[in-house]
Amino acid sequence: MDVVLFLIFAIIAVVCAINVVVQTHPISSAISLIGVMGSLAVLYLLLGAEFVAAAQVIVYAGAVMVLFVFVIMLLNAGRETVRGRSFMVQLLGVPLLIAFLGLLAWIAGQFYKPGTGVHFGGFTGGSPIAIGRALFTTYLLPFEITSILVLIAIVGAVVLGRKEMD
Amino acid sequence: MSEVPVSWFLTLSAVLFALGVAGFLFRRNIITVFMSIELMLNAVNLTFVTFSYQLKQVSGHLFTFFVMVVAAAEAAVGLAIILTVFKNRATLNIDEMNSMKD
Repeated sequence: MDVVLFLIFAIIAVVCAINVVVQTHPISSAISLIGVMGSLAVLYLLLGAEFVAAAQVIVYAGAVMVLFVFVIMLLNAGRETVRGRSFMVQLLGVPLLIAFLGLLAWIAGQFYKPGTGVHFGGFTGGSPIAIGRALFTTYLLPFEITSILVLIAIVGAVVLGRKEMD
Repeated sequence: MSEVPVSWFLTLSAVLFALGVAGFLFRRNIITVFMSIELMLNAVNLTFVTFSYQLKQVSGHLFTFFVMVVAAAEAAVGLAIILTVFKNRATLNIDEMNSMKD
């Protein structure tokens, strides 16, 4: 059952991710990226990360992607015009990418140990209670620094978005 | 055999990261490039959560939380920069944004 669920949502995630890369219209890429994020939220639930799954749907698939779609609509971004790529890119791009993917997958394979499989309910430490306890005891300083970072981002966005830029 | 091997999750994460790199390198629209960066961040988040499961620790979830916060801040500032660039240049093609090169 867990394997079936994993395969369904992994295939959805990979197909949507390929769609993000190959679509020429930005809005199609954005919708596909929402599909990737939604299926990743299901995989987080499978891994016992309830809080992260909820935050993934609310923050990423909700807030961040709404911002992207809003900017695409605001700028009226059209279809991307592909011009001639250099010869080296056409020749070496895809093989190098596959080599990079093979290296990453080989490293991932090194972590395989029999008996360390993932099944639903195998790890229950990802509840909001556990996250909150760790966040406000062990990771209190990074949490406060993060709040300053968000404040800087707000001020920066407001300054950049002003009417006149000198 | 109803258990999913941990390496499958890591391989899925590697595939998503490689696709993000491909989008970052091959696409010319600045918004799509930015979305490829988000795809790479999501792949890394999946790795964090997977290792958190394997090691039975909650730290990976907290790193994922911080990555999400930083990604949200980055999206706000980055999209504001894109808006400013579009206002000044009237283009979204990254090949035409090369005034710092010369």
